[in-house]
Amino acid sequence: MVERASFEITGREDFSEVTYSLVVHHPLMAKAANPGQFVIVMSHEAGERIPLTIADFDRHEGTVTLVVQAVGKTTREMQQTCKVGTRLYALVGPMGLPSRIGHAKKVVCAGGGLGVAPVFPQARGFKESGAYVIGVLGFRSKNLIFWSDKFSACCDELIICTDDGSAGIKGFVSDGIKRAIERHTGIDEVVAIGPPMMMKACVETTRPHAIKTIVSLNPIMVDGTGMCGGCRVKLGNEVKFACVDGPDFDGHKVDFADLTTRLRRYTEQEKLALQRWSDTCRMKEPLVSGGRNVAATPPHPPATELLELPDPFEDVRGG
Amino acid sequence: MGKKRTIRTIPQQRAPMPEQPVEQRVKNFTEVACGFSVADTLKEAERCLLCPDEPCIAGCPVGINIPGFIQKLGQKDFRSAYDIITQTNLLPAICGRVCPQESQCEKVCTVGDTLEPVAIGRLERWVGDTAIAEGWVNVPDIEPSRFKIGIVGSGPAGMACAADMAKAGCDVTVYEAFHQAGGVLKYGIPDFRLPNTIVDAEIDNLRKLGVKFECNTLVGRLFTIEQMRGEMGFDAVFIGTGAGYPSMLGIPGDSLNGVLSANELLTRCNLMRAKEFPGYDTPLIMGHRVVVIGAGNTAMDAMRVSLRLGAEKVSCVYRRSRTECPARAEEVHHAEQEGIEFHWLTNPVEILDDGNGGVRGMRCVRMELGEPDDSGRRRPVAVTGSEHELETDLVVFAIGTNANPIIGQTSKLKLNKRGYIETDDNLATSMVGVFAGGDIVTGAATVIEAMGAGRKAACSMKAYLRIRDVNRGYADAGDSIGQFFGLALSEQNFARVRVA
Ligand SMILES: Cc1cc2nc3c(=O)[nH]c(=O)nc-3n(C[C@H](O)[C@H](O)[C@H](O)COP(=O)(O)OP(=O)(O)OC[C@H]3O[C@@H](n4cnc5c(N)ncnc54)[C@H](O)[C@@H]3O)c2cc1C
Ligand SMILES: Cc1cc2nc3c(=O)[nH]c(=O)nc-3n(C[C@H](O)[C@H](O)[C@H](O)COP(=O)(O)OP(=O)(O)OC[C@H]3O[C@@H](n4cnc5c(N)ncnc54)[C@H](O)[C@@H]3O)c2cc1C
Ligand code: FES
Repeated sequence: MVERASFEITGREDFSEVTYSLVVHHPLMAKAANPGQFVIVMSHEAGERIPLTIADFDRHEGTVTLVVQAVGKTTREMQQTCKVGTRLYALVGPMGLPSRIGHAKKVVCAGGGLGVAPVFPQARGFKESGAYVIGVLGFRSKNLIFWSDKFSACCDELIICTDDGSAGIKGFVSDGIKRAIERHTGIDEVVAIGPPMMMKACVETTRPHAIKTIVSLNPIMVDGTGMCGGCRVKLGNEVKFACVDGPDFDGHKVDFADLTTRLRRYTEQEKLALQRWSDTCRMKEPLVSGGRNVAATPPHPPATELLELPDPFEDVRGG
Repeated sequence: MGKKRTIRTIPQQRAPMPEQPVEQRVKNFTEVACGFSVADTLKEAERCLLCPDEPCIAGCPVGINIPGFIQKLGQKDFRSAYDIITQTNLLPAICGRVCPQESQCEKVCTVGDTLEPVAIGRLERWVGDTAIAEGWVNVPDIEPSRFKIGIVGSGPAGMACAADMAKAGCDVTVYEAFHQAGGVLKYGIPDFRLPNTIVDAEIDNLRKLGVKFECNTLVGRLFTIEQMRGEMGFDAVFIGTGAGYPSMLGIPGDSLNGVLSANELLTRCNLMRAKEFPGYDTPLIMGHRVVVIGAGNTAMDAMRVSLRLGAEKVSCVYRRSRTECPARAEEVHHAEQEGIEFHWLTNPVEILDDGNGGVRGMRCVRMELGEPDDSGRRRPVAVTGSEHELETDLVVFAIGTNANPIIGQTSKLKLNKRGYIETDDNLATSMVGVFAGGDIVTGAATVIEAMGAGRKAACSMKAYLRIRDVNRGYADAGDSIGQFFGLALSEQNFARVRVA
């Protein structure tokens, strides 16, 4: 039988002040994972169960890669505690239905903010199935760009968009998609992953062209096994559970207003948790993570300000 | 023993259960019913008439020798009482607390014809608690067989099957999707009714039998049932994944913030310990005025948890009347004592938006009971013109659950129309060597029934392994009841169990 999973972190890379990758030992999961699936992580016993997309998997090494954006208490805490050699308390998955890598001939794989890494396995999957893959990646500015080499290797074309124009085209992911549609005929499918507002903008871009658009929804989850219904999303009049019926859905049917409202359910508590946590951190030694001083050296900014910086909704606004 | 007991000579009153006072308990998660003392136990044991027709045994879904263990209690032979119970029920501390005794053993108790029935559940609980406190466990001297058994789901069904197979000398591994074992007992039923320490103690007993628990394992996705039977080398597999897929309300407003399933509320509170937020990271927003829809055990738990988390007012909305209410009588009684407001014969029609995506209130109609339906209960029908509003900012729905779809999505197992796993009378599924039981087969039921199913499946599994023959596949366990070398066929599993 396959070696037992240790949940040990065997690799880590910091792409920017807010984005880092974790490579975790789990041979069985590396074997079972498919593009589009996700895991649920608990970093410690008193932690929250948070969903993260499987951004890459290495069946040979027996590892899965997660790319995390530090947006709140759990993800910031993990940024500090998840060092190479440490273990996650819990890691379960792969969850959700695998993405359907069909027989599309020409596809656009678009990722923005926390959606850049998750779209990678799909881009690679499409490439392997013989499709012409156009990658569209959105970042706020040049210094936040990561994995462009990995994407270059599996995309026939790569369009980088930055909010400030410091690299690639100035504009949002949806502008990148627009450009791809202008330049190409016969795009069979668009896959768009990122913050809800970005996905909404992408869906509105493709709607007039009637191009099938798949989005990966990220509602708040608890168990990830279909047991709580907390992850329910609206598709027209239908209610679906993102963790077992998704997370991929037909973007043209998704009720994004509903998703955005439901994501804000715990805003107050999230702020409180972050505040409390950063208060306790301040008492300890300066916080260093991945060779980089993350939680800025004194004076430590108040938690609410910290939250503003990488708000998943603000990031790559409008896609 | 002295004179023969008669209905006149036994104590006329039930020994009362010591309880935490209402004002105190609504502020904590400590157990409400504190448990009998030795004196209470001895007194209550005297109330059993030890009647010859033993209706209580037939009333128990797993057929515990009830007069037998009560007699031992009367003789102060507590260890033997425990041994008698554990011949059939492996989890007395749990079942004594959560079984609906009033509709099972206590319903048919002879004493109950005249007086209040013997408090069988409370006695059973006392025996279970004493065993935990004393560290009693019946670990037989097990001779290992060469069989490897995989169990999917660590609820009562999975635990019971695991225990029996481990006792038969098999190498048993239980896979659980959550990070802790126990199923509903852990994530659903709150501490004030069933403390997690009790569940953990029972799980530890299984570990002592050699059962291995692998948490964080989502079967179907990490590996499939087919893979378990194939490359992973499990000789037989039992599926007990429960029915925790909440039914939606399907009324306008049901996706507002502030509308959640009882499962979500209870999981956040019990398993993720949101009640200790921010010490634990998982948040839970409590309302001021909470309305819970439904009146089963799940609904009662959701209401009483809400109260303990600081809700000012908690109401229950149920479309039938109190008589039809499916919860354990004791839970309804406790809920009433704690000040839960019950709106019987009331049905929600719409949840009202507060303008910010939250809940402002709920529109309801009054119901009246009409003709009996398929379940034999009178069907509730709406009274025209009876619409009214309830003020609320948190709506919890506990209106039943469906089959979890993951195993169905990822295997070729035959499911029934409602998505539950189809089995024959011996709990064998459509796949050779794969058995299933508990809520995933019957739909939401009870702990003791799930446990009974786990044991029944274990029995079929043993029969299946005894005649392990690839060409013949599965032979019906029911037909082969008989003796072979002086042993029941179901015990012919290459293992000899000797109780130490
Ligand atoms: C299927 C899926 C895949 C995801 N993949 C990734 C990924 O690859 N990389 C990544 O960085 N993030 C991903 N996310 C989002 C990630 O789960 C949240 O950013 C994380 O839970 C935030 O936790 P926090 O405590 O750090 O922040 P908090 O301060 O708690 O919350 C920040 C924001 O995250 C959302 N959130 C909070 N708790 C949860 C939860 N339990 N489940 C989902 N969302 C929550 C809230 O809406 C909030 O606005 C994914 C989410 C889903 C549902
Ligand atoms: C809140 C609540 C209160 C209740 N109160 C009572 C009561 O007082 N008395 C009573 O008799 N009954 C009560 N019940 C009902 C009783 O708990 C259930 O009937 C019983 O637990 C069913 O047992 P089970 O083993 O079939 O499933 P469960 O207890 O549901 O256990 C199933 C387990 O399988 C796991 N699982 C699911 N899918 C997978 C997978 N693919 N891979 C791995 N693991 C998986 C789940 O995480 C879960 O832990 C209550 C139920 C609830 C929800
Ligand atoms: S996360 Fe609980 S049902 Fe999807």
